[in-house]
Amino acid sequence: MSRIQARVADAKSAGKKLLVAYIVNGDPQPEVSLPTMHEMVAKGVDIIELGVPFSDPMAEGPVIQKGHERALLHHTSLTSSLELVKQFRQTNNTTPVVLMGYANPIERFGYEKFAKAAAEAGVDGLLTVDLPPEEVVVLKGALDAVGLDNIFLLAPTTTVERAQKIAEHASGFLYYVSLKGVTGAGHLDVDDVKSKLAAFGKLTDLPVCVGFGIKDPDTAKAVARLASGVVIGSVLVEKMGSLEGKPASEIAKAVGEIISGIRAAIDEV
Amino acid sequence: MSDTKQYSAIDYKKFPNAEGHFGPYGGRFVSETLIHALDELESIYYSLKDDPSFQAEFDKDMAHYVGRPSPLYFAERWSRELGGAQIFLKREDLNHTGAHKVNNTIGQALLAKFTGKSRVIAETGAGQHGVASATVAARLGLKCRVYMGADDIKRQALNVYRMKLLGAEVFPVTSGSRTLKDAMNEAMRDWATNVDDTFYIIGTAAGPHPYPQLVRDFQSIIGREARQQCLTQTGKLPDALVACVGGGSNAIGLFHPFLTDTSVKMYGVEAGGLGIETGKHAAPLSVGIPGVLHGNRTYLMEDENGQIIETHSVSAGLDYPGVGPEHSWLKDIGRVNYVAINDDEALAAFRKLTLTEGIMPALESSHAVAYVEKLAPTMSKDQIIIINLSGRGDKDIHTVAALDGITI
Repeated sequence: MSRIQARVADAKSAGKKLLVAYIVNGDPQPEVSLPTMHEMVAKGVDIIELGVPFSDPMAEGPVIQKGHERALLHHTSLTSSLELVKQFRQTNNTTPVVLMGYANPIERFGYEKFAKAAAEAGVDGLLTVDLPPEEVVVLKGALDAVGLDNIFLLAPTTTVERAQKIAEHASGFLYYVSLKGVTGAGHLDVDDVKSKLAAFGKLTDLPVCVGFGIKDPDTAKAVARLASGVVIGSVLVEKMGSLEGKPASEIAKAVGEIISGIRAAIDEV
Repeated sequence: MSDTKQYSAIDYKKFPNAEGHFGPYGGRFVSETLIHALDELESIYYSLKDDPSFQAEFDKDMAHYVGRPSPLYFAERWSRELGGAQIFLKREDLNHTGAHKVNNTIGQALLAKFTGKSRVIAETGAGQHGVASATVAARLGLKCRVYMGADDIKRQALNVYRMKLLGAEVFPVTSGSRTLKDAMNEAMRDWATNVDDTFYIIGTAAGPHPYPQLVRDFQSIIGREARQQCLTQTGKLPDALVACVGGGSNAIGLFHPFLTDTSVKMYGVEAGGLGIETGKHAAPLSVGIPGVLHGNRTYLMEDENGQIIETHSVSAGLDYPGVGPEHSWLKDIGRVNYVAINDDEALAAFRKLTLTEGIMPALESSHAVAYVEKLAPTMSKDQIIIINLSGRGDKDIHTVAALDGITI
């Protein structure tokens, strides 16, 4: 059983919702990432999504774009992201880590070489924003060969037929993008999420986690009622950016406080 | 050349394939949030492209609004001075709005009209595509926002003001390198957010499928006219075609109708900037490697970590780290030769053509002009070169004057 499967099973048997949380590796400075990951786990994050910065993060809103830009100033790369996961695994062998990023750095690294290196580093899954099922074939083969999960997005505009196809390619969990647009945008419509999730939920046994636009404990709670879990990102990246230059321990603590609030809210569901 | 047989065996009209690929290039590398919009666009385009009434409306606008056909002008004095091939200029600079860009914006605006969208967005580098988009939006009464890199806004003040006069909102992009690539990121984000009422008019033959195909198809009017005009005016096909390549829309528009004419050599001219050896240029086909950006796989300028690197060119319209995917494929199969011309050579060619023929080319087109100054003397007097004079230089006068130390 993979780390993701194990964590999903644990949450299910405990009657809890999954909390997935995203930070950008190297943001706002490299030494922050490792202590922040451990703090996230301590405050109740189930799955860490580690953003791999890219020069052209087309699907991100302004908050996460800035996170990528800050990280790139410190030359954070796919290689250093694998290195970070390796360090994290020295003291944590149970919390799943999913790398989230864009195709080009992986393409440059080489798909097969990357899949092997990621598995060795202790990565559990990959969410490549700009590799929809039609374009993922080669990478998927490489990931399958080493047992890494391939996480896909579902959008409000995704048809049921297409969601079926995506579900067939996916493993680990599915990530439902709760609103049209980019990360951190607007406010999500809970009723809209509800009707879409009802349709998608029938297509798969995989957990469906919901993200984009979840900024506070109340929204997290409302969404957690409908889904297997919630994903937060921009709210953390915004806080981390505002503390640029501060000691790593202070930034990690601030992230932990936000997570505690969200964790408590979704545990009430 | 043994390759000649191989070229003639290719049915270029069959590309891209159903998945939007040109060989290993092209495709649809976008977030799931954009897939539905692209599916919708593809299905509307495929249902309309061979529809006689759609084609008739396009042709009517081309004739009466754009002013087509654009002339194929024999640059007699310049040809004589260079002492080689006879050079003809395909005068896209004479189009309404001053460049080839309008061919595509008219086509996409017609698609927007058929889909009932009330708002259009566009990205622009030099501002020519932004102006062409603002123009069609004004004409159709559509709201229009143009994304433009903050640095490009500074160096293309004239076009920025033109867009504003045309009723468009020019939105400065301050992320990344603050140029065309970042404007394209921002336009994609807008489209993903406002997909219900918004049509995204991409300005070059790049981006996710079906954009590279539909932009090529709309721009191919350049090559269809040029081919017919050349036959009529000279009784034969040209020996060489030359066009500048940023994203590559004017080049693919000229080249595509000639691809099966295996005797016609083709040269795509990239921006060599301060010189290829300096690394400060915008020539992905000359020295880049294949990768994924802006929804397609194509040649890119990137670092060893796969991060896209900043480009440099004196011409904002060529200042782009990628290139249309069909060009990447045409490079690999050897059908088109891609070369680079640096800033200084382009500026010299700008002045040369202005003084010799009384035609002031855009700095983008000046790259093609500069390459012809090298190519023509190597050819014989009975041979013919067609240059795509893709735009006029009025917009660049401030840039050129500044290099002369003059503030206008």
